[in-house]
Amino acid sequence: MPSRIPPLAITAHTATSALGRGCLAHARALRERRSGLRANDFSATPLACAIGRVDGLEQATLPNELAAWDCRNNRLAWLGLGADGFLDAARAAIARHGAARVALLVGTSTASIGATEQAYRERVDGRIPPALAHPHLHTPHSLGLFLETVLGTRGPCLTIATACSSSAKIFAQGERLIRLGIVDAAILAGVDTLCGSVLFGFNALELVSPEACRPFDAARRGISIGEAAGFALLEREGEGVPRLLGHGESSDAHHMSTPHPQGLGARLALADALARAGIGAHDVDYVNLHGTATLKNDEVEATLLADTFPPGTRASSTKGWTGHTLGAAGILEAVLTLLAIEHDLVPGTLNTTTPDALCGPQLALANERRAIRIALSNSFGFGGNNCTLAFGCAA
Amino acid sequence: MNDAGLTVHVDGIGWCTPGLADWNAARHMLREGVVPALVGQAKGAPAMLPPNERRRAPDVVLMACDVAGQACAMSGHEASDLPCVFASMHGDSAITENLCVTLATNPLELSPTRFHNSVLNAPAGYWTVATHCHAASNAVSAAGASFAAGLFEAAVEANADAVPTLFAAYDIAVHGMLGELMRLDTSWGIAMVLSPQRGPHTLATLRLRHVEVADASALPTTGTPFASALPMFATLARGDGGEVRIASGRATALSIEVLA
Repeated sequence: MPSRIPPLAITAHTATSALGRGCLAHARALRERRSGLRANDFSATPLACAIGRVDGLEQATLPNELAAWDCRNNRLAWLGLGADGFLDAARAAIARHGAARVALLVGTSTASIGATEQAYRERVDGRIPPALAHPHLHTPHSLGLFLETVLGTRGPCLTIATACSSSAKIFAQGERLIRLGIVDAAILAGVDTLCGSVLFGFNALELVSPEACRPFDAARRGISIGEAAGFALLEREGEGVPRLLGHGESSDAHHMSTPHPQGLGARLALADALARAGIGAHDVDYVNLHGTATLKNDEVEATLLADTFPPGTRASSTKGWTGHTLGAAGILEAVLTLLAIEHDLVPGTLNTTTPDALCGPQLALANERRAIRIALSNSFGFGGNNCTLAFGCAA
Repeated sequence: MNDAGLTVHVDGIGWCTPGLADWNAARHMLREGVVPALVGQAKGAPAMLPPNERRRAPDVVLMACDVAGQACAMSGHEASDLPCVFASMHGDSAITENLCVTLATNPLELSPTRFHNSVLNAPAGYWTVATHCHAASNAVSAAGASFAAGLFEAAVEANADAVPTLFAAYDIAVHGMLGELMRLDTSWGIAMVLSPQRGPHTLATLRLRHVEVADASALPTTGTPFASALPMFATLARGDGGEVRIASGRATALSIEVLA
């Protein structure tokens, strides 16, 4: 087991999703139990499903000097970066520590592949049209290159792309860089946008629900895909801000797109996160579950929840609000977990009425008011890639 | 503050580039001062994948698993115990190309297998399944600096948890529209097992530091991740020690001191 790590301060955080732009919009939607999901109006080829689409991206523009980076994913990144004063907080951290002492860590699953899809749709004589013939739009690191240009960081900058655990794992990566003294701050960014690959890819795997997703419901029918941008700033010190207490990462070693039947990898990630935080399962007040609403994920996670945590621990999936935002899910749900801590609010599990028989008493369907001191967030991805994060209230 | 950098010991090296099937072959060439072929095809043949998986798995998976397996075998460490960092500039461009062509014609015919193989961590997924590895697996990308970024990340993980860590970097050549734009003309893979402690299999010791430079594009080693990796391996092959710098961002470089 890993040893306990010093907690880090999360000195700024923000999210933009189908629920709106910024923390306040998210906290309100959670409190009012207002879902951001709508009938799919995104794909040109009809696909009957619900999506978590961010409004206004089609009209959004980047500043002139960033025009060469224009694509849906970078527009969402730009929109999200400006919310809750995050861009100012990031620039202040860079000024405080020096650009070389700030890492920029990016989590995304598909980055700007939407631009690559567009290039093929609009190809001219078998070639990519000139407007899209920019290598920086067709690389998995496009988001990292864009944000490095915007922010001017000079510390380590790379993309982690481990499917749906991507932007959870950047918290672990940032913590390691700070603990080893390589940087003094880490700007964490997770952005994924709606695109044909994910809508029709998950559809081909028969994992897309025809209706809004119902995590852990006995009659659940699959995921609803969403898009989101989330940002967080990690530093050693910070007054009155929440903490990153621990992280755990593991591999299922089972299958590319199906979780381990006994949730072995998820259990290892959880045990690691608790050990680094120096806590036990009984200390956990709230767990934001991966809870995608696929048959298999929820079956495995419900069992893990029921046999690991005491009945008093509260747990829920927030995907009924936002949809599954894939590579951005880790940081979006980290921000939702921080909001739960800051607002004394256990969000319930939206759209779910009859929980799967495997669920224990921990699963919250309705919202609950409750002080949350310690909370976890689970993120699991294709390739059996798992990450659990542990957060604490302001010290 | 950590200006001393990160120290890691190289316990094993895997290699598969055009015309060179392992580190021994590459080492002989590099020691003579000959530059390995920078363009061309190479195909991995990983021993740890069962024959049916080897037939079905994408080329990028075969490449990554081949060099990762070589590095582990040389290192004397059990693959199942090693956290791993897989780095690639382009991911599986052949699948990206195929998905985009299908989406442009008939999205409802998208292949489910191709889709789940399209994630950047597909090689890490296949590798951890084949080696029964439950440790953390990472898939990273940093454009032309993907080799530098992956190497540094693996050294960070090895030092942060004091565990030997597997690092593999690779890309595959692809034709078609995307291949033309991105100049995807080389298949290559290189892997290393990096240990925080010197051991019986240690071949060399590296000290890595992230440094600011005025203009990273002026570094002689800027370009593809494969080209950027060669000066370090030439130094390793000669066994004479020295420092090389490779671009890791727009105005940053990874300083690699090879300690003889």
